[in-house]
Amino acid sequence: MASLGSIRRDFAPWANPDEKPFIRFENVTKSFGSQTTAVDDLTLSIYEREFFVLLGPSGCGKTTLLRMLGGFEQPTSGRVLLDGQDLSGVPPYRRPVNMMFQSYALFPHMSVEKNIAFGLKQEGMPKAQIGERVQRMLKLVKLEKYASRKPHQLSGGQRQRVALARALAKRPKVLLLDEPLGALDKKLREETQFELMDLQQELGLTFVIVTHDQDEAMTMADRIAVMDAGKVLQVATPAEIYEAPNSRFVAEFIGNINIFDGQIVEKTGSAARIRDKSGTEFQIALGSNAQADGSAGLAVRPEKLQITRERPADAVNAIDGEVWDIAYMGDLTLYNLKLDDGRIIKISTINSRRRVEDALTWHDRAWVSFAPDAGVLLTR
Amino acid sequence: MSRPSPSLLSRVVIWVPYLWLLALFLAPFFIVFKISLSQTAIAMPPYTPTFGLSEGWEGLKNAFNSLSFDNYLWVFGDPLYVKAYLSSLKFAAISTVLALLIGYPLAYGMTRAPENLRTIFLMMVILPFWTSFLIRIYAWVAILKPEGLLNQFLLSLGIIKQPLIILNTDLAIYIGIVYSYLPFMVLPLYAALEKMDHSLVEAAQDLGCTPIKAFWKVTFPLSLPGVLAGSMLVFIPAVGEFVVPDLLGGSSTLMIGKTLWAEFFVNRDWPVASAVAILLLLILVLPIVYFQRVQAKARESEV
Ligand SMILES: Nc1ncnc2c1ncn2[C@@H]1O[C@H](COP(=O)(O)OP(=O)(O)O)[C@@H](O)[C@H]1O
Ligand SMILES: [Mg+2]
Repeated sequence: MASLGSIRRDFAPWANPDEKPFIRFENVTKSFGSQTTAVDDLTLSIYEREFFVLLGPSGCGKTTLLRMLGGFEQPTSGRVLLDGQDLSGVPPYRRPVNMMFQSYALFPHMSVEKNIAFGLKQEGMPKAQIGERVQRMLKLVKLEKYASRKPHQLSGGQRQRVALARALAKRPKVLLLDEPLGALDKKLREETQFELMDLQQELGLTFVIVTHDQDEAMTMADRIAVMDAGKVLQVATPAEIYEAPNSRFVAEFIGNINIFDGQIVEKTGSAARIRDKSGTEFQIALGSNAQADGSAGLAVRPEKLQITRERPADAVNAIDGEVWDIAYMGDLTLYNLKLDDGRIIKISTINSRRRVEDALTWHDRAWVSFAPDAGVLLTR
Repeated sequence: MSRPSPSLLSRVVIWVPYLWLLALFLAPFFIVFKISLSQTAIAMPPYTPTFGLSEGWEGLKNAFNSLSFDNYLWVFGDPLYVKAYLSSLKFAAISTVLALLIGYPLAYGMTRAPENLRTIFLMMVILPFWTSFLIRIYAWVAILKPEGLLNQFLLSLGIIKQPLIILNTDLAIYIGIVYSYLPFMVLPLYAALEKMDHSLVEAAQDLGCTPIKAFWKVTFPLSLPGVLAGSMLVFIPAVGEFVVPDLLGGSSTLMIGKTLWAEFFVNRDWPVASAVAILLLLILVLPIVYFQRVQAKARESEV
């Protein structure tokens, strides 16, 4: 799968079978009472120095998973391992892991400096060394001028940085971040995303970060685990998640996608023919889904589709409809094509030229076409 | 005034609480203060001078001139009063500490209980207020007296051979005061602990604190406004407490509330009693002002 998309850096310990995972969840289940199962028989490996993102809708169990790693919740069953050591029964204050809380949890009665020094003091680090480390941390998060302020005298972005500095000050092996950027406005959030990535590279730490924002996950992650209802649906690089989602949920959760539902009518080697509800047949490369059979969905991203006035002569897969909506975005134009059975297909085209002769307009008839390897076959 | 009435009305509304304070606090204070500057007399009311317009302007001036601070000198000169003040302060201070020691774990436990139980616990704290204070103190007499419930219980268990003498001792006063004022300690503590973000404690543990250390480094410092409020609410009324020492305390118990009562109703020396009351007020103003300061500061840093 290494050919899919570009890999941000030459770092893929998960692809190496000899590499030992740094953090491991083994068949972990966490129930609250008899009704709620927040995490459901989940197995997951995270590698050293990885920037690992837990992504999923609100309530899917991300925070609970993170809290089990931090030691604030005990698994109902299964076990959590860190560097080969079983963490069961190890209290939070003895785990080489630090957490940045969703609410930041800054101590309101302490100055910025005291907040950052707090963890070091508990370690019994000598005073001079603490002072030095705090200064370095303040510099790292660019808050040197705010050392003596109290948390309530800081802006949201500054508080976020104090929380980060406090969690980093102890040099944990793993930094856990629960929606660290949730409270920031969009611009600050985007800046901070890159800062976090640089910081993680620079310090060589393992980051496990929770978010429900897919753009954030795509930007930062080495790998993403997409979660739903207490289960991990797919763990893969952002490019793989985007280009080769393994389920409808993952495909629809990240980015836009068109799914043609239908039946597999024929399989030949590495390809299959699928007939959708309107009777149109499509050809599709099987990819990793070689066992697919029976009913399936053919999923294609909008930018992998071509829209033309006439059916292209060499098109393998094509279907026609009426232009229903056009959204001009500058760099892209988004079309909604309404098929004759009422389904809407989303297409996006890059505006690589300033003028297009004979541009499509509302209510024109048009054809949408795609190559057999443009889409993926989804069986669940 | 032909101005539209809303502004007038709103001004009146704003003034109502001030008038209320004036009528119910300031006016009685000045009356008592004036009496404290008078002399006793066998008359009705039992002091002179009385201010009246019957003798005209001259009479009023004479009355004013005959006011003096003699009673205050008298109170300071008699070691009995000084002792009574000091002893009251001691009773109040020790009771406050005891109430804090009992109230803090109580309030803390309440905030950590499941949400639906918390309201029930709160109700249980407030419940005693539904019966008269006096009756509850009489109930303690029945519990603490030598042949009372407590002694019967302990005797029947064989823990003691002789009935414990608790009633009419200082211990009974501490029990009475702590029992009576415990809700005033628990409620502000509960409020302070309840609004505290539990993730702060988790953060402290995450950074290396054991649960006990996290309590002392984070929970307790952040609950200090509640500790202070509770302590003031117990300490201030406890200093002047009369019913508890009168019903549960012994004849030798010295508390300023009792002295005050005796001065008014046994000696019928209203002026000296008033002076005692005014001095008590002055003693208590200091902690109240301090308390106000701290509260204002706490509110400032909460924003
Ligand atoms: N302490 C708790 N007691 C009861 N239910 C909880 C508790 N913590 C989390 N849950 C439940 O577990 C599920 C997952 O919660 P959470 O891990 O916070 O989700 P996320 O962080 O993905 O939004 C939710 O249904 C939530 O209501
Ligand atoms: Mg969460």
